[in-house]
Formats: sequence, structure tokens, C-alpha cells
Amino acid sequence: MKATDMTENNEPKSAPPLSEVPPDVAATVKGHARLERNVTLLGAAALVTVAIGGIVEIAPLFWIDNTIEEVEGMRPYTPLEQAGRDIYVREGCYTCHSQMIRPFRDEVERYGHYSLAAESMYDHPFQWGSKRTGPDLARVGGRYSDEWHVQHLQDPQSVVPQSIMPQYSFLSETTLDVPDARAMLSTLRTVGVPYTDTDLELAEQDLVAQADPDVPAGDLEERYPGAQVRDFDGNPDRLTEMDALIAYLQMLGTLVDVNSAAAQEDLATETGR
Amino acid sequence: MDATLTRTGIWFAILLLCLAALANAVDAVFSVHMLIVSIAAFIGLIATVWNTEFDSVSRDVLRIPADTSRYDDDPIRWGVIATVFWGIAGFLAGLFIALQLVWPELNFEPYLNFGRVRPLHTSAVIFAFGGNALIATSFYVVQRTCRARLAFPGLARFVFWGYQLFIVLAATGYLLGVTAGREYAEPEWYVDLWLTIVWVAYLVVFVGTILKRKEPHIYVANWFYLAFILTIAMLHIVNNLAVPVSFLGVKSYSAFSGVQDALTQWWYGHNAVGFFLTAGFLAMMYYFVPKQAERPVYSYRLSIIHFWSLIFLYIWAGPHHLHYTALPDWAQTLGMVFSIMLWMPSWGGMINGLMTLNGAWDKIRTDPIIRMMVMALAFYGMSTFEGPMLSIKSVNSLSHYTDWTIGHVHSGALGWNGMITFACVYFLVPRLWKRERLYSLRMVNWHFWLATVGIVFYAASMWVAGITQGLMWREYGIDGYLVNSFADTVAALHPMYMLRAFGGVLYLAGAVIMVVNVWLTIAGKLRTEAPMSDARYDEEADRPAVAVPAE
Amino acid sequence: MNNPETYSFMRELADSWGLLAMTLMWLTFALWAFRPAAKRHHDEAANMIFKDENDG
Repeated sequence: MKATDMTENNEPKSAPPLSEVPPDVAATVKGHARLERNVTLLGAAALVTVAIGGIVEIAPLFWIDNTIEEVEGMRPYTPLEQAGRDIYVREGCYTCHSQMIRPFRDEVERYGHYSLAAESMYDHPFQWGSKRTGPDLARVGGRYSDEWHVQHLQDPQSVVPQSIMPQYSFLSETTLDVPDARAMLSTLRTVGVPYTDTDLELAEQDLVAQADPDVPAGDLEERYPGAQVRDFDGNPDRLTEMDALIAYLQMLGTLVDVNSAAAQEDLATETGR
Repeated sequence: MDATLTRTGIWFAILLLCLAALANAVDAVFSVHMLIVSIAAFIGLIATVWNTEFDSVSRDVLRIPADTSRYDDDPIRWGVIATVFWGIAGFLAGLFIALQLVWPELNFEPYLNFGRVRPLHTSAVIFAFGGNALIATSFYVVQRTCRARLAFPGLARFVFWGYQLFIVLAATGYLLGVTAGREYAEPEWYVDLWLTIVWVAYLVVFVGTILKRKEPHIYVANWFYLAFILTIAMLHIVNNLAVPVSFLGVKSYSAFSGVQDALTQWWYGHNAVGFFLTAGFLAMMYYFVPKQAERPVYSYRLSIIHFWSLIFLYIWAGPHHLHYTALPDWAQTLGMVFSIMLWMPSWGGMINGLMTLNGAWDKIRTDPIIRMMVMALAFYGMSTFEGPMLSIKSVNSLSHYTDWTIGHVHSGALGWNGMITFACVYFLVPRLWKRERLYSLRMVNWHFWLATVGIVFYAASMWVAGITQGLMWREYGIDGYLVNSFADTVAALHPMYMLRAFGGVLYLAGAVIMVVNVWLTIAGKLRTEAPMSDARYDEEADRPAVAVPAE
Repeated sequence: MNNPETYSFMRELADSWGLLAMTLMWLTFALWAFRPAAKRHHDEAANMIFKDENDG
């Protein structure tokens, strides 16, 4: 810093104020240079610039037809399925598995009908996934027996030798602990999942009944059409995390009968593509 | 000073013992007594430390010079140390999960399973390593370019320590199974709220410093820092909208679901890369590359166009993570088109950075820090060319869900973010601790080559793995049936995963050399070594090139 | 917005006048930033970080 640039108390002298600046420089100070000299203006302009893209892309998804359409067969998760889904999220299964079948011949042949937007409408959060270190699970429901799932989760390499999946044997020894099933469903209702008041009342009961054949399931299957009621983890007298996870896995992709004629017409009349 | 340290240690040990006894007390009365003893121990602790001069203790431990500089550099010194520390933590976690993919026996259930350690790796390298680098360098750059001390010094220290708490909460949470299940936004609702508070404080300190500037002009680096802070705030708030099941519990459910949730997540996900790992690090480039090269930035006017077009275009590119999914086709195409346009401003930044070396290109031969900066910009150019290519639908149909994406991510992360951060740490440490130079420049050169070769192993193996996966999944035999089962493709990747892990070992080795170098520089030591500056002189070759007539 | 006529009308508009407007806007932004008058101001801004030796 040249000496002349420093004022008496050793503070750097600031550039001359705009009024004394020669006209040609002042002329250029309009326009972008004003942004370069005013942080609030710069910040406001930046925020507006970055907000446009998001609004234009995300907002329409909340009202155009093909992203809010209902597809016949879709229903909210039962308490046990939701508990299993929370374990799926907790263990970070999405870091290796996807739940989104793309409309390609090889994927449709390997996994089943491509996934519809509506099939994940009650998924808080969505688990489409971004990496397939392991296979896609969007339609894994019903493909393997419960016993296969138990053996595979406990020791993947014993069933699939080439597998690099971690072991989850602790799921069989950990009792399922849902602190408050009713609060779970009511929170989901707050974010938009249409549970009825009876669903909330019977939440604790449904949770146990779905995996324990001795406990009367009552009208669980009427309120949750297609719900599978049986012991999942091969140990009927104990409700474990394995029960919940397998209940979730076994229903993935089974709710919407995508190949039925009705589902096809429904798609055909869709508007606002 | 040592006496206080030991006495405090003893009191603290007693306190912990009492609390443990209290928790495991067999009967209520015993726990009441343990409570009384722990209160007594706590009082003893307070009494011991009451008159300790913490500032001098920390200055002594970190060998911080008496603060003669015009600027407030303490949070920056802590920030540089935190960057190096979390860098090593993040690289170790990365190497661990890479090895887990090679040998699944390395998964120790439930706490060290891949599914729980992977978010630990991504959050450690992005938010802890990258975040601390950005906060420290932004505080350094904003003070120097505004010629003003940091506004609200107390708040700036809160920002640093609050951010460290955020990292610890997130990291310990993942291993215990506390995750919101959204990539790169895994921290749960109360950790998100805490980060929001820290981030607003960060914005206040940054803008406050700019407002009290002595220099009327706001340098380009500050535009990028400002856009980075503001946009990350917007992204963080919108993407983490969730309702907790109970305000006393970890679990929360996201506000959106299905396709709306998917696009909101990847609008956030891509722009966490766009603003955290690009705009913020471009700010570092715009200050530290000119300073190290001692040449002004190549074209200040190009940076005007590059800045506004980069931040405008980046936001739109999210949908390229969702090609051929249930996201509507118009949104996918929009994402693709904007991602391709994004190539231009990205390379605008690279050109502005690289061409700053005009008139100083020989520094590459003599200055390993410039070497790292140039390599960082080269990798930035490479991965921001690969990105637009990958976002073309037909290419994406092969690369999506495969390791090719991972190769792309790491050429950018290890190449651009890692290398520019290493260069800035090497630039800052001698200046912040008032040492004449780094402990050793040759060690920086070792770090440069280990990192570069490590990245080449990493990226190349992932390209091969990704394309192998993509092709094997879709391979049809002449009988018209699929040829490979999924398990076949997993087995085929084993050698590539080993090569990737080897690349990670090299990169980590380079970082360890950095730790030694930075540690000894702080300690004030200097290594006697042959200077990097003299190119080997070969007398025989020192003659004009004469055209030899062909026989 | 759903009926096809509006879509095709907007499409023709975008492909013609919209394209022209965007190109003109881009030209103005680019040329305006690179016009000679701003040269002095930008050079001074670029060299600003070298003005202060003891960055401390």
C-alpha cells in the first residue's frame, strides 16, 4: 500500500465517493457495477435468479394431472408395513437399492411393469434411490418366500454367493419398538396420507395383529385391502424388526394391478401430459 | 497450567463415574446420593477452571502468534485445522466403505454396516471437510477483500463451534440409525433446525463484514460466497420440510412424497453440488489462484457473465437425476437441456481460473501449490463436461444407477474440491501462523502426485465398472432372453472395486502427508530439502534446435 | 393450458419470436459486459486484491 493510500490513523483510505469520480467512470458505474457496490442489491438479485428454476420445475407437480392422479389399488401403508419402511430408511437401504423401474425392455423383463408416479404417493420420504449396487426392489413383493428373505437378510452370501450385501441378523433378535403407532399414523396424516380415525385408534392393535395369526385381525384387511396377515420372520411368538421389514418388502409393487385392463385405460385417458 | 489440567481431569472423571453410577443405581436412594456427589464434583470442576485464562491456553496449544494482524484470524485458524481433521475422517470413511464393497465381511452390523457408514462418508467430506474449508476461507477472503475486520466476532466463533456440533450430531446420528433417508440431506429434523440457526448466523457475519467494508468494490469471490450462502439456506429449508412424530424423538416424516418429493430432493441434491461444491469453491479459486500466481484474474468481465449464468442455470438441472423415472417427461427434458447449457458457465469459470496463469505458466514447474490449483481446475473442467454428457437422456439410460455416476462425482470431488482445498490450506497455514514458508514444498509435490494418480485409479475403475454394469444389465442373448442375472453383474465388478479402493489409499496417503506438513509448519519447523525452483540444467541439451536435413 | 391448440400456438411463438428475443437478450448481456468503456473499471477491480501487501 503506498503511503498516500493510508489515512492518519493507519486505516486504508477508501476510493473517492461516486460524486467526485470522473464522468466516464461514473457512467460505467451504473448497471452491474452498482451491484458490485451494493451487497443487498447483489444478494437480492442472486436470490431471485436462483429461485426461478425451482419454482418453474417443482410447483406444477402439485397440480398437473399425471403427478397427482390416483391409481386404483393404492392405499396407505399398514402400521407394520410403515414400521418396516422406517427400518428400510434407517438402515440406508437406498444407498444400494432403488425402487424405480424404468420403461426399458430389460428392466421391465427383469423387474416387472415400470413404476408409476402414483405408486409412491404415500412414500414419506420417497425411496426411488440413485444407485443399484443391489437389484431394484420396486416390485420385489411376492417374488421370494418369507423364509428366503429371513435367510438372505441374516446372511446374504449364504443364499447369493456373489452378494456384497451386509448382514442384518440383528433384525431377528430385536423386538419391534414403535414408541407410539398412533402418533406415527397421525403424523403421516398431517403430511397428507389419508388415514381414517379408526385406523388411528386401531394402530397399536393392527401393528401386532398383522404378524401374529393368534391375535384377531378384525377388519384390518377391509381397511387395508391386500394387506398380508401372517407371521413373517418364522418366529410367531415374537414381533421383531424382521417381521416389519419383510412385511414391507413383501408388499412392494403388489398394490396396483398394473397389468389389468382398467389400469391401462386409466393411463390412456390421462390429460395434461 | 498443567496442574489445572490434571485437577480438572480428575474432577471430570469423578463426575462421569457418579453419573454412570446414578444411571445404573439398583435402588432410588443410591441414585439420589450419586446425584449429590456428582453435583459436588461439578462444583469442584467449576472452581478449578474458574480463573483459567482459556484464550491463552488455546493460543499456547495451537501456537497461535500474538494477534498483530489487522484481521480477526482465530476462527480461520480453527477452521483450517478442522478442515484437515474432517478431511482425514471423511477420506477414511470413504476408504472403509470402498473396502466393504470388496470384502463384505468388513460390514460390522449394525453400527458399521455400509448403509449407515455411507452417509457418514458423504456428510463428512461434503459438509465437514468442504463446509469448514468454505467457512474458513470465506472469513479470510471477505476480510482481505473488504479490508475490514470480521463483523460480530463473537457470532463468528459461534458459527464455527455451532457448525462443529452440527457435524458431530449428524455423524453420530447416522451410525445410530438416525437418518431422514434423503441423500445428502440425511440429518434429522432437530439437527436441520440447528444448522439453520448456524447458517443464518454465518450469513449475518458475512454480510455484516461486507457492509463495514473500506473498499467500495465487492470482489467477485464475495459474489460467489454470497450466492453460495443464500442458496444453500433456501435449498436446506425447502428440502428438509418435515413433521416430527414427537418433539422428543428423532423420527420425522417428510412433508412431500412420491414424485414431488423426488424432484424437491434432487433440486436440492444437484444444487448442493452446484452451490456448495461449485459456487463456494469457485469463490476460493477467484481469490487464491490470482494470489498464488500473482496475476490478476484473467477476465473480470467474463466472471460477470459466468456468475449470473451459472447460478441461474444450475438450479434447473435437478431432474437429470430422474431420467426415465416417474417424473413427467417435460421436467426431465427441461433438466437435460439446462444441464447441457450448464457446460458453458462451468467452463467459463475454468477458463477464467486457468488463464489467470497467463504470464505465470512457468510457476507450474516450480510451485507445487500452483500445480494443485491447475490440476484442480483441469478436473473441474473435466467433470463439468462429463456432467452435461451424462445428463443426456440416452447416455443417462446407460449410466443411471451404475458406478459411472460415482466416477463422475469423484473426479469432481477428489479432483476439483479436494485439490483446490488442499492448495488453499497450503496457502493459508504459513500466513495464519506467521511462518516464513511451509515445512516442506517437496511434500506438497508428493501429495500432488499421490492425489492425482489416486483420482485416475478411482475414476477410471468406476468408468469401467459403470459401463460394465449398464451393458450387462441390458444384454440380450440370441434367444431373446436376458443373459445376466443381477448377481452376475455384482461379481463382475469385484476387480474394479479393488482398483477403486487402491485409488482411495493413494489419495488418503497424500492427505496424511498434508497433515504432517501442516502440523510441522504450525510447529514452526522447516525441512532442509533441495529447492523445487531450479530446473535441472542439462548442458548438452542447452543449444539451439537446428533443423537436421533428412538423409 | 391443456388443449393442444394453445400448446402449438405457444410452440410456434417460442420457436420464432421467443428465440429472437432470447438471442437479442444474450447479445446485449455479452456485448454490454465486454464494451470497452468498462475496461478501466474492471481492471481496477481485478487488481484490487493486490493493493494490500500485509494481508496478515
